[in-house]
Amino acid sequence: MRALFYRDLALALRAGGGFGLGLAFFLIVVVLVPFSVGPTSELLSRIAPGALWLGALLACLLSLDRLLAVDFEDGALDLLATSPLPLEGVVAVKAAAHWVTTGLPLVLAAPVLGVLLNLAPGGYGVLVISLALGTPALSMIGAFGAALTVGIKRGGLLMSLLVLPLYVPTLIFGAEAARRAAQGLDPATPLLFLAGITGGVLALMPFAAGAVLRVNLR
Amino acid sequence: MSLWEYANPVKFLSLSERVMPWLWVSSGICLAVGLVWGFFFTPDDFRQGSTVKIIYLHVPAALMAINAWFMMLVASLIWIVRRHHVSALAARAAAPVGVVMTLIALFTGAIWGQPMWGTWWAWDPRLTSFLILFLFYLGYIALWEAIEDPDTGADLTSILCLVGTVFAVLSRYAVNFWNQGLHQGASLSLDKEENVADVFYQPLLVSIAGFVLLFLALVLYRTGTEIRVRRTRALMARENRVA
Repeated sequence: MRALFYRDLALALRAGGGFGLGLAFFLIVVVLVPFSVGPTSELLSRIAPGALWLGALLACLLSLDRLLAVDFEDGALDLLATSPLPLEGVVAVKAAAHWVTTGLPLVLAAPVLGVLLNLAPGGYGVLVISLALGTPALSMIGAFGAALTVGIKRGGLLMSLLVLPLYVPTLIFGAEAARRAAQGLDPATPLLFLAGITGGVLALMPFAAGAVLRVNLR
Repeated sequence: MSLWEYANPVKFLSLSERVMPWLWVSSGICLAVGLVWGFFFTPDDFRQGSTVKIIYLHVPAALMAINAWFMMLVASLIWIVRRHHVSALAARAAAPVGVVMTLIALFTGAIWGQPMWGTWWAWDPRLTSFLILFLFYLGYIALWEAIEDPDTGADLTSILCLVGTVFAVLSRYAVNFWNQGLHQGASLSLDKEENVADVFYQPLLVSIAGFVLLFLALVLYRTGTEIRVRRTRALMARENRVA
């Protein structure tokens, strides 16, 4: 299990693109926001929490199609399926590696990009906490979407259609927590809801993803 | 004699062919009676004027949009547990009907909302969760279309339906938290005293019955079509093998 985790990490780090690409995408989305709504600083600071959350979510989505597809094409996934590790575990580990290479850098970069969008001073801490709580759920849900579409050629667009509606609750609570904190309100309730969703997703989603993957490898 | 006998496609087809004419006729009658009664023989509401009459399309369509998804959920569960092909095909057949019902509910709501709320659309919890339900329907149908092997498709879509249900319910309550709405409470419920007034209530029930029957007829019809498509494909595959 650990070996698989390190293998995925190493592949993501060395195979070019995977690691930095999500981060660069996040940066570009955030830079494009002022171009689309105008550079007024009050307006920007009002939409900053939501824009940062949306950017992080899209950056997460972007790297999903590589999560399983590469291993599916070169047959590594078949080997993993015959290994003693159950497929549920494989999916969970791969989602964890995806989170470390995509979600974690996004969490760390978010405060820096928050400066660009003139985020209110109170919002930084909670923004980081809410992203740290929410992005594991994004990775795990994304792993389910990737498992669902792994057998389909050019399934990337279809996967976005399937995954984005599933992201709705996470986005609502995460962005709500960041918004409340930025406005000086108490963010505890949405943060607790967010943690609950992430916990539930991490506990149950590997089983759905494993079942789907088993169908696709049949 | 049990319900599961109708998992046999032949039995299912013969039953549905016997039942379907009745369903078509009775749904036609119910819809005609409910809509004509509702549109022409009920008084105007003292605040809403004649716009209140869109309730006879809006409420039944919204009701069926949710129940169609629920029916797909049950059919998917039956497919996962007992692997009856008819059940998977029925889930597939219900999805486009559900999409149309969702669209009817959204559009009639917008048409009513323009004069009453002064806006076509508001980010109200009920409206938003219906839009999300619509997206789930689209994803479900797109996944069916994308997969060539029918059994794989049935497996994947039924799991998507299960997961989607959880997230649809979750979104329903999440958006509640996110914005307090303009939409009024439930028009109908069994345990509440405050329903819509009786004059509106009776034709509404008739047109709901009409929508339910119409939905059943459409799903049976479309399931029959799917079964025949499957059969044709099997026959053609056999022909090719012989030739």
